[in-house]
Amino acid sequence: MLKRAGLADILIKDEAEILANWVAEQLSGGAKGGTLSEQEIKESSRAFLSVFATAVKHDYTEQITSAQWDGVRAHLAKLSRERVVQGFSSEDTATFIFSLKKPLFDSLRKSGDDADRLNEEFWKLTQVLDKLGLVTVSEYQKSRQQIIERQQQELLDLTTPVVKLWDSIVALPLIGTLDSERTQVVMESLLDSIVENEAAIAIIDITGVPTVDTLVAQHLLKTVAAARLMGAECIISGIRPQIAQTIVHLGVDLGDVVTKATLAEALKIALRRVGLTVSKLGSVKAGE
Amino acid sequence: MEQIPVLKLGDFLLVSIQVELHDELVLNLQDDLTSRIQRTHARGVLIDISALEIVDSFIGRTLGHIAAMARVLDATTVLVGMRPAVAITLVELGMSLKGIRTALDIDKGMALLRLSLDEASDETGVSPSSP
Repeated sequence: MLKRAGLADILIKDEAEILANWVAEQLSGGAKGGTLSEQEIKESSRAFLSVFATAVKHDYTEQITSAQWDGVRAHLAKLSRERVVQGFSSEDTATFIFSLKKPLFDSLRKSGDDADRLNEEFWKLTQVLDKLGLVTVSEYQKSRQQIIERQQQELLDLTTPVVKLWDSIVALPLIGTLDSERTQVVMESLLDSIVENEAAIAIIDITGVPTVDTLVAQHLLKTVAAARLMGAECIISGIRPQIAQTIVHLGVDLGDVVTKATLAEALKIALRRVGLTVSKLGSVKAGE
Repeated sequence: MEQIPVLKLGDFLLVSIQVELHDELVLNLQDDLTSRIQRTHARGVLIDISALEIVDSFIGRTLGHIAAMARVLDATTVLVGMRPAVAITLVELGMSLKGIRTALDIDKGMALLRLSLDEASDETGVSPSSP
């Protein structure tokens, strides 16, 4: 009986000592990268120890995928996610678990002198803690990956806003390099907004596009063709002198696409196309 | 025989495609529409494809053919209400349907047809709508 409940017993009996040793271990070892105070480390360590104690209450196996370890794994997953946000390295996060080995082994050793039993306990505990360490690292990486993916998507969405300039005039200020994936997003969002705003004119402003090569030009022409199919006319604006030179040197034929140097010019021609004029206040009054 | 209705609307013919097109259907439409243009002396054709979700190269090409045939029969074709996904598909297939006029919805398509007929009558000096 004593043999079976060894770890659970010492976890209850020596809890305070294990906790103190563990916290000391963490502070001396891998805590340099962290920004946690001693108090915070103590809190998270105590929380983990209580979950861990619950898991090993009635004997335990080293199969940490079993239901018995669900609570511990969930706790570690949460902890890893928090540490990612707090800016810990994966090394620091894993050290949290690995630094628990020494205090636990020390306490186990004090609990008896039956070498075979101790050996058995040590081996089982090592296996479990190693696996839990791996869980922490993999959870850490998963959270990192999620953050990267989210940021990629945000970048994609942020860089392709379609703005409504006037009734039935929309503009798409492009910023950054155009690749195939981005062009797809650009095209879709532009076409959707044409439908949404019942736009007759769409202005594509490429002031923020650093370079235009044949591929980018082809993407632009595709977008223009698709917009035309839906019944909207496209104007390309913001063509810088260097880009004009590149386009001509590359032999890209922009066909009958209207091009303007600045967005203002494009807006002017767009307003004229939809039958509107812009005039000064004074001249309107004089006309009355 | 499955058929897409062709409605006469003054000087124009209105074709509203509300079902998914397949090869036979679009060929039927081509036959039907050309004979209707000839019979009714329509000056303009409005094809509404706002309900069309799927196009392939054959349907795209046939729509282009229909417009070209109408042109030969002296009727202007305006394609209205193409969905973004359909437009992207057609462009990716390399068919930008040059020569077909397009508009966002039936309203704008009708206005475009009227405008182009007015321009045509200005040139010939004969008004199509007044006797």
